[in-house]
Amino acid sequence: MSTLTTKPKKTKVAKPADPNRPHMYGMIAEFETPAQILKAAEKVRAEGYKWWDCCTPFPVHGLDKAMGIRQTILPIIVFFMGMSGTLTAFVLQAFTNATDWSVWAMVWVTGYPYLISGKPLLSTPAFIPVMFELTILFSALTTVGLMFAFNGLPQLYHPLFRSKRFRRASDDRFFVVIEARDPRYFKARTSEFLKSLDPVAIEEVED
Amino acid sequence: MTSINLEPGMNRPLVDNTTDQPGVRQPLVLNMDRFNQVTQQVCQVAEARRTPMAWYICFAVGLGLLGILGFCVLYLIVTGVGVWGLNNPVMWAYDITNFVFWVGIGHAGTLISAILFLFRQKWRTGINRFAEAMTIFAVICAGLFPGIHVGRVWVVYWLFPLPNQMEMWPQFRSPLLWDVFAVGTYFTVSLLFWFTGLVPDLATMRDRAKGKIQQIVYGAFALGWRGSNRHWHRYERAYLLLAALSTPLVLSVHSVVSFDFATSQLPGWHTTIFPPYFVAGAVFSGFAMVVTLAVPAREIFGLKNLITLRHLDNMNKVILVTGCMVGYAYAMEFFIAWYSGAIYEKFAFLNRAFGQYWWAYFIMVSCNVITPQLFWFKALRTSIPIMFILSLFVNVGMWFERFVIIVSSLANDFLPSSWDVFTPTWVDIGTFFGSFGLFMVLFLLFCRFVPMVAIAEVKAIMPQADPHFGEDHDEHHGEEHAHTSQGEATS
Repeated sequence: MSTLTTKPKKTKVAKPADPNRPHMYGMIAEFETPAQILKAAEKVRAEGYKWWDCCTPFPVHGLDKAMGIRQTILPIIVFFMGMSGTLTAFVLQAFTNATDWSVWAMVWVTGYPYLISGKPLLSTPAFIPVMFELTILFSALTTVGLMFAFNGLPQLYHPLFRSKRFRRASDDRFFVVIEARDPRYFKARTSEFLKSLDPVAIEEVED
Repeated sequence: MTSINLEPGMNRPLVDNTTDQPGVRQPLVLNMDRFNQVTQQVCQVAEARRTPMAWYICFAVGLGLLGILGFCVLYLIVTGVGVWGLNNPVMWAYDITNFVFWVGIGHAGTLISAILFLFRQKWRTGINRFAEAMTIFAVICAGLFPGIHVGRVWVVYWLFPLPNQMEMWPQFRSPLLWDVFAVGTYFTVSLLFWFTGLVPDLATMRDRAKGKIQQIVYGAFALGWRGSNRHWHRYERAYLLLAALSTPLVLSVHSVVSFDFATSQLPGWHTTIFPPYFVAGAVFSGFAMVVTLAVPAREIFGLKNLITLRHLDNMNKVILVTGCMVGYAYAMEFFIAWYSGAIYEKFAFLNRAFGQYWWAYFIMVSCNVITPQLFWFKALRTSIPIMFILSLFVNVGMWFERFVIIVSSLANDFLPSSWDVFTPTWVDIGTFFGSFGLFMVLFLLFCRFVPMVAIAEVKAIMPQADPHFGEDHDEHHGEEHAHTSQGEATS
């Protein structure tokens, strides 16, 4: 139940097929202010829904906490990728400038031991700038790449884009989305519940 | 701009938000109470069917200069670097001056996007988008010069860590190679940072798009962003990480650029003050360029309520501070030259100020040290025409700073018998002005098709974005940054 886009960990719910609700993605409720969405999120979470989300035009302060989103592990991975960048740079420079080894890396490559103004072959201080730069480069690429990957993006199509109302999620409206695959999702009960949150509008979205 | 239609309430005269009163937080977004107004105003610029006349005029000028650049570069490649005014002691002149100048310009964008973000300077949101764009375009201009000054452009790949036909690798003890890595990393990371910031705004453009083409193009670049808070969570983390990574990066880039000079033995170059001095100079010139671009942009595209006088005032303060740092560095160079007792060092600096390039030194000091001092006065700091003119002076001064450092040190080194004078040729001058064409064309295309102001970020700093907005209590929440919470797992 980590995200909307990954599969649930446990085997999912055996729910009787409902012929009245074919191919429904879920239900959205529209709110007007950050305060309302914050309150609504707390209630949806308290109600026990698992497959739900809030869609907002900008990150709303405190919404992570209200939804119970746990801290991402992205920074830890970035740290290790950064360190691997440092190591890559060191190995690259030491191999190419300080050794005469031949190594097979797709093709045979050989180091070239440079003697420059009597400096030692392995002049580590001179290797620091490139080690630093590759640390940053590897970290930044990992940060952006994994952030989008964990978010399941790029995903150019999404059922929510079917809803005209939902387009305001990138403008000035705040949405609670409850997915149909949630075990607690039943059309009547969920819409009743969402109404109790006092939204501007409720809409069912087809899959 | 004729096609900007402001809502009635937004035509109110703008309040003065440049004053500081204890306990009062000045608004950074003027005449707007609803999020929709931000979206509307920023998107209108990119959505407008009619482009303002001023844009076409600037674009024509930019294209003309770009043509000159193309011609000069082509002429250089087919003829050889002899078409430049370089001679035996002065092997670097306009090419490296332009390189350092353009890389320096870029630094302000990263400072605004990364360092001000870490310092929680909310005013950055009004200007960070186009300052970052400026960074990327400036680094593109900068990257051109080392590429073409190598002489044999067709073997420019020797810059990269690849063995040549003699199985020799690049020499990693050379700061020139560090430069390749520093500038390459800087460009990549700046682009990633800029694009990450753009994604939510491109989604806004996609959702508003009327035509099929706009929908597809903006949609593809928005990567399917739908504002999910589970996404926002990782997005904000990633943004913070990028800011934390870019901050040391931006300091390292101009430090490495300064190593190109500082690690050599040449009097006037061989100084330890260079890295911090170059970084301060880079930020100084970059902020001047941001002001140069922001002043006309907010006029032409009607963004005066988002890029307010307070933003400009703040930037002018940064110009004043960094200008003083640069002035201090100039003075300290002279002091150390005298204090070192080294005759070549002493001569290099006296020659710099009173030798054959005295006029360049004079332009540098008057533009970089004297003009920013006017920004001590608030009336001048908040006057649009004055700040525009002063920012142009700073741009000129900072170009001459690099020219003075590079050319005057090279022209008169140890042995008078090897001295010479550098005089630029028309190709030198054409390439330099042509690079402004490249910059202008890229920047104008950006202004026309991409949201110029970070829409989502501006919304998030509006008072209305606070979930406690309108509640009757103090603005101090203890738990403001308490993000730690347990619950559902996210990757």
